[in-house]
Amino acid sequence: MFTGFMVNAWQVATIVAIVAGVVGFFVVLRGSAFPAHAIPNGAFAGAAGANLIAVSPLIGLGVFSLGAALGIGAMSRRGRPDAVTALALVMMLALGAAFLSLSTEYEPEIFSLLFGEILGVSSNEILPVAVLGVVCIVAVGVLYRRLLLTSIAPEIAAARGLRPQRIETAFLIVVACATTMTVPVVGALLIFTLMIGPPAAARCFTNRTERAMLGSIVIALLTVWMAIGCSYETNWPVGFYVSVFSATWYGIGRGYVVWHKTRVVHLESATSMELG
Amino acid sequence: MTNSPVLEVDNVGLSFSGRRILDGVSFEIHGGEFTGLIGSNGVGKTTLLRIILGLQRPDSGEVRVLGAPLSPRSRSLGYVPQKVVIDPDIPMRARDFVALGLDAHRYGFARRTAQQHELVEKMLHDVDAERFADHRVGSLSGGEQQRIFIAHALISQPKLLLLDEPLANLDPKSVQEIVALLHRVASDHQVAILLSAHEMNALLPVMDRIVYVTDGRAASGTTDEVVRSEVLSKLYGHHVDVLKLHGRVLVVAEPGRDNEDIAQHPTLTVD
Amino acid sequence: MNAVHIFFEPGFFTSSPVHVALVIGAVTAVASAVVGVFTVVRSQSFAGHALTDVATTGGSGAFFFGISPLVGFIGGGVIGAGAMDLIGVQRMRSRDMATGIVLGSATGLAALFLYLDTTKSATTGATQQILFGSIFTIDPSTIPLVVILSALTLAVIGLIYRPLLLSSFSAELTRARGINLRGVGLLFMIAMAVSVGLSSIAVGSILSTALLIGPAAASVRLTNSLRAAMVLACVLGVLATWLGILFAYDSFYWIPSSQGLPVSFFIVSLIFVSYLISGLSVVRRSLGWLTANRLPTGSTPALTSKVEV
Repeated sequence: MFTGFMVNAWQVATIVAIVAGVVGFFVVLRGSAFPAHAIPNGAFAGAAGANLIAVSPLIGLGVFSLGAALGIGAMSRRGRPDAVTALALVMMLALGAAFLSLSTEYEPEIFSLLFGEILGVSSNEILPVAVLGVVCIVAVGVLYRRLLLTSIAPEIAAARGLRPQRIETAFLIVVACATTMTVPVVGALLIFTLMIGPPAAARCFTNRTERAMLGSIVIALLTVWMAIGCSYETNWPVGFYVSVFSATWYGIGRGYVVWHKTRVVHLESATSMELG
Repeated sequence: MTNSPVLEVDNVGLSFSGRRILDGVSFEIHGGEFTGLIGSNGVGKTTLLRIILGLQRPDSGEVRVLGAPLSPRSRSLGYVPQKVVIDPDIPMRARDFVALGLDAHRYGFARRTAQQHELVEKMLHDVDAERFADHRVGSLSGGEQQRIFIAHALISQPKLLLLDEPLANLDPKSVQEIVALLHRVASDHQVAILLSAHEMNALLPVMDRIVYVTDGRAASGTTDEVVRSEVLSKLYGHHVDVLKLHGRVLVVAEPGRDNEDIAQHPTLTVD
Repeated sequence: MNAVHIFFEPGFFTSSPVHVALVIGAVTAVASAVVGVFTVVRSQSFAGHALTDVATTGGSGAFFFGISPLVGFIGGGVIGAGAMDLIGVQRMRSRDMATGIVLGSATGLAALFLYLDTTKSATTGATQQILFGSIFTIDPSTIPLVVILSALTLAVIGLIYRPLLLSSFSAELTRARGINLRGVGLLFMIAMAVSVGLSSIAVGSILSTALLIGPAAASVRLTNSLRAAMVLACVLGVLATWLGILFAYDSFYWIPSSQGLPVSFFIVSLIFVSYLISGLSVVRRSLGWLTANRLPTGSTPALTSKVEV
């Protein structure tokens, strides 16, 4: 499992997990559920289109992800009505299906783009993927504190001149980058689980922001590694394992919260009984 | 305390959808002064505060902070908005939120110095927030969050602190505590305060000046100067009576007149 | 004659899969349109989307176990509707996260089923069929079932029409009248699940949201009258479906080297375009005769003042 072409897979998986953990932390913080669905759908159409004109899928992924991100930014500035966004989401998927139907390799291509593929990234694409990953992480690092304040208390941030709109656009672009490099491995329909599950779980275990971010990365790494390993053994789709493990971690996190609360209550009542 | 004003609002006006929201509003605030921006709901107080902050452009008039036209990066203003809802699931402690007040505008991921940590500690002490400093910001009560936002705004040492209806959703005891707290930190930290409210009685003991707003027009001065029948009648455009009772103020329109625009002042508070 | 031939490629009207497609398409479009209008008015589009996810799981699972996908689509949707009713449909940020993660697992499970489908049976195209529909390969014997289910859905809506309308505006009024608010909500969810399941066999499960929301959202923009909206939505839905079938059939001839473009692509595109067109003020003004009391801004606050149930 750890030799030959699988070395690629583990390297890519690690980068994917770290980026998903970092970017996903802010996706969850900002409650950006909609972009987390919409941008991957755009990516799917882009990859399908790239496949059609025999261009590297990364380019198709990148261009359409960026387009979707900027489109979302523009629409939300104008106060988007719900229907057009839901329809645009679906339109992207239909477009991707149309592109794929025009090429010869319909079925396997659709499947791996939607649900992931261990070897989704070929060896000559590892470098661009790593570069994109670094770009994402550096961007989040540079904007870290601004992202925090604009996510948590946008009016206060605006009063300080931090320009929440610009930060939002920048963040959407980061999500587009992250989507471009993670969709080949996890799949367009399931990548959002990796961006949401680990961060949502991590913040159940700690109050401290940096630790929650770190936890998000660690849980994402564990999820992706286990998913790659299981997928290698069973041949079942990577996306399946990623989604199930992400949900499991989230369940563990919520369970811990409940357990912790009841423990605190017992401790408090025990203490008051002693004093009283 | 210098003589030049910290804030000058000069003949500010703003229209929206054909309605004149603010019309020729002028007043000054000097260092260390506690000013109440009093007016009923919907009268334009939040709009005025947003104009002062530079979040909205007036149609006419000018706002100057420390003599210069406003720029968002000036950081001379601190702001506590009206309704800040923070998700209790967000992993950030109260003390970390206060610390963000120091360096949210900075790029990068540098660690905070010991000196900065001390500053945060002191600020938490000043607003009486030590006992919940390690709790999540989103899990605090309204009054507790209020203190944290005040600490967040004050820690960068602004010259003027703006608060939008901070007393609106608090119980009477918390109102007294916050007013006393603001008065205390204002003098400790040499900060002028501009606080909007629809009820002036809780602020009477600490207000140096009042800016009384109705229908887009404002009168400013000390409480004694402004809260008088003649002044307010002119402001409202019809006769109102001002009654003072046991150190509290009651503003009433004449019988037959619609008390609607004044009725928003729950005037006489009963303990 | 040539013009007609270009538009209606040879064999369109005589082809029996086309007949099946036209019937199924129309019937499912009507059911989706009517249910969709209420979905939009009640701002339950999110629930609609969630139902399509569990329908995907159901459909792919049914395929794996050799059961008719229609049963799987509807079964999955109904189970999802029940679960959502238990959890409560109130939108909250934390709940959105949790729902999203659970739906993600459902989609992941669908992925597993689809993978097993392709390895187990020799048939390829399970993914395409379940997710994006294959209206030309539907077994004609399912037509009666589809028609009955569609009629049942419409009947249920007709039955709960007044309480549904009332509860969309005010929960208190509904309760005050002794109507079982929760029961009405649940019944409506089930109707949504069935219509989603039905449209899944036409356009595939992940695209069925378009049939549910698209024509409805466009009509609601154009008229203040609920009845007019339902009629208009049906017209838009059926038109989009029939034209989509036509174009897909024609595309087989227009594009020489492939099997033509999927029907669902055309249907979704037409719905998307018609929604965009409905936003143009010139269209709203010219359709003014549709509405009794036109509002100046053209928005429909009466219909969109909503209550989550």
